[in-house]
Amino acid sequence: MEKIYSRPRSLRENPTHYCPGCGHGIAHKLVAQVVDELDIREKVIAIAPVGCAVIAYDYWDFDCSEAAHGRALAVATAIKRLRPENVVFTYQGDGDLAAIGTNETIHAANRGENLTVIFINNAVYGMTGGQMAPTTLLGQKTATTPRGRVAQEGLPLKISELLAGLGGVKYVERVSMHAPAEVLKAKRALTQAFQNQIDGVGFSLVEILSPCPTYWGKSPQKSAEWIRDVMIKEFPLGRIK
Amino acid sequence: MSARGNGHAKILMTGNEAIAEGAIRAGCRFYAGYPITPQNELTAYMARHMPQEGRVFIQAESELAAVNMVFGASATGVRAMTSSSSPGISLKQEGISYLAGCRLPAVIVNIMRGGPGLGNIAPSQADYFQATKGGGHGDYHSIVLAPASVEEAYRTMFDAFDLADTYRTPVMVLGDGMLGQMMEPLILEKGPVRQHAKTWALTGCRGRKPNIVRSLFLKEGVLEALNLQLQKKYKAIQQKEQRWEELLVEDASVILVAYGGMARIVKEAVRGLRAGHKKIGFIRPISLWPFPVKAFRRPGKKSVKYLVVEMSYGQMVEDVRLAVECRAPVEFFGRSGGGIPTEEEILKKLHTMS
Repeated sequence: MEKIYSRPRSLRENPTHYCPGCGHGIAHKLVAQVVDELDIREKVIAIAPVGCAVIAYDYWDFDCSEAAHGRALAVATAIKRLRPENVVFTYQGDGDLAAIGTNETIHAANRGENLTVIFINNAVYGMTGGQMAPTTLLGQKTATTPRGRVAQEGLPLKISELLAGLGGVKYVERVSMHAPAEVLKAKRALTQAFQNQIDGVGFSLVEILSPCPTYWGKSPQKSAEWIRDVMIKEFPLGRIK
Repeated sequence: MSARGNGHAKILMTGNEAIAEGAIRAGCRFYAGYPITPQNELTAYMARHMPQEGRVFIQAESELAAVNMVFGASATGVRAMTSSSSPGISLKQEGISYLAGCRLPAVIVNIMRGGPGLGNIAPSQADYFQATKGGGHGDYHSIVLAPASVEEAYRTMFDAFDLADTYRTPVMVLGDGMLGQMMEPLILEKGPVRQHAKTWALTGCRGRKPNIVRSLFLKEGVLEALNLQLQKKYKAIQQKEQRWEELLVEDASVILVAYGGMARIVKEAVRGLRAGHKKIGFIRPISLWPFPVKAFRRPGKKSVKYLVVEMSYGQMVEDVRLAVECRAPVEFFGRSGGGIPTEEEILKKLHTMS
């Protein structure tokens, strides 16, 4: 019998700490698959964020660094400038990339650093207990918006659209984890974002809408439906640049 | 290279430029900085010369980005450095704590200015506590070196990078606006540059297991073990790396203590007093952490008094008191926020001690 599916080489055999229905596990696996398919495992240097994916290096089987909260793209900038032959990517949540690290994000993008950025948008801070994220939807209840987010607390920040306006940014696509067909599209986008770096194209970002059933207070099934029916209206899928 | 001296003839440089040139010759491969007075000549010098040498210079969007770029650079195993002045160094504390926690070598230059807050751009030594007691969060120390002349600032860079690599730790070079801005002649002699094996560096995992650079350890006991390892390292540094200069201490009844730019003025005062046959000695701590306690602990030394002079309202004086362990009186004179203690003021203070 022929083996047609197995754990990617770039994924360790560790069970993840993620909650049931969380999107991080799938996103980690997609990254590992793409790294395998592009045969770059021995060239990859990943930067893990501060947030739920902080110990991504326990799951990926290639060189990884931690970064202080929000600083992943500053760390990645230096690594790539010194080692252009390596493939350097950051994996960051919405708080990391679009709140505390907005400055590092915008300026790395504006410099056109030849990096791959994987941006997990689950509209909430997961690691710290479900507080408001920059991408939290209006009306969405979180630990720090108990009555639902109002405009004065900030509108959902569309950082991908914002970055797409910068000359240094070459590729931006928003994908989702809410259905198998969408997961396949996400994998294609990730492949593109890594291939761009290998080809020297420049700053490439994939935003992944990812469920957080625990802090959305929904079942995994209802969380997927909420992305499909609500979140996508605020964060439309597809190629942004 | 000719514009930057040939290593034999004397040339004239500012302290900021000498630090930059020293770093380049010590093998600094990566520099990131952000403009702030009075250290701007250092960044500009790096911008001019690093690319010529095939090295990386980045003007970062902030002090935070700069120190985190240095973190990334160091993680790849190259010698990396950033520089700033007091308010900017406060911003860098986050990154310095992470460098210490991840056991990454790096050199951070602080050309101190007046504080607190935005303060002013006059020379100051008011960041001594921040530099020597940790600065950022967590149980860590940076090695802190305080040169007192332009020539010494240049030479210090070789020592700073070597200590950083030897102990896998951040090293701070602490100067003040006076040292950064003043010009002095120096010979750009090549210092020793040792190669350090960096098997922990992130280079891609070809032919080896993946390397992980991290300071997060959630499992019970693991972080405590790391902290104990750090403490062991700090003890070794305290034993082996104390550096100081001393002058005429053997028969001194009063020893003046000062570091950095301040020590220049104090040393002149000591020379003048000796010329007048006063038994005055001089100690200049060069490593501020580890503090040179050995300089203050001499068996059989008869009664002596110390006078500590700083461009602050009394920071290093606390370490002198700890080193002396109440065996001798320790007096203090200092000014900060733009005021520099003068020779006359120091002599006046000495007069009150006799």
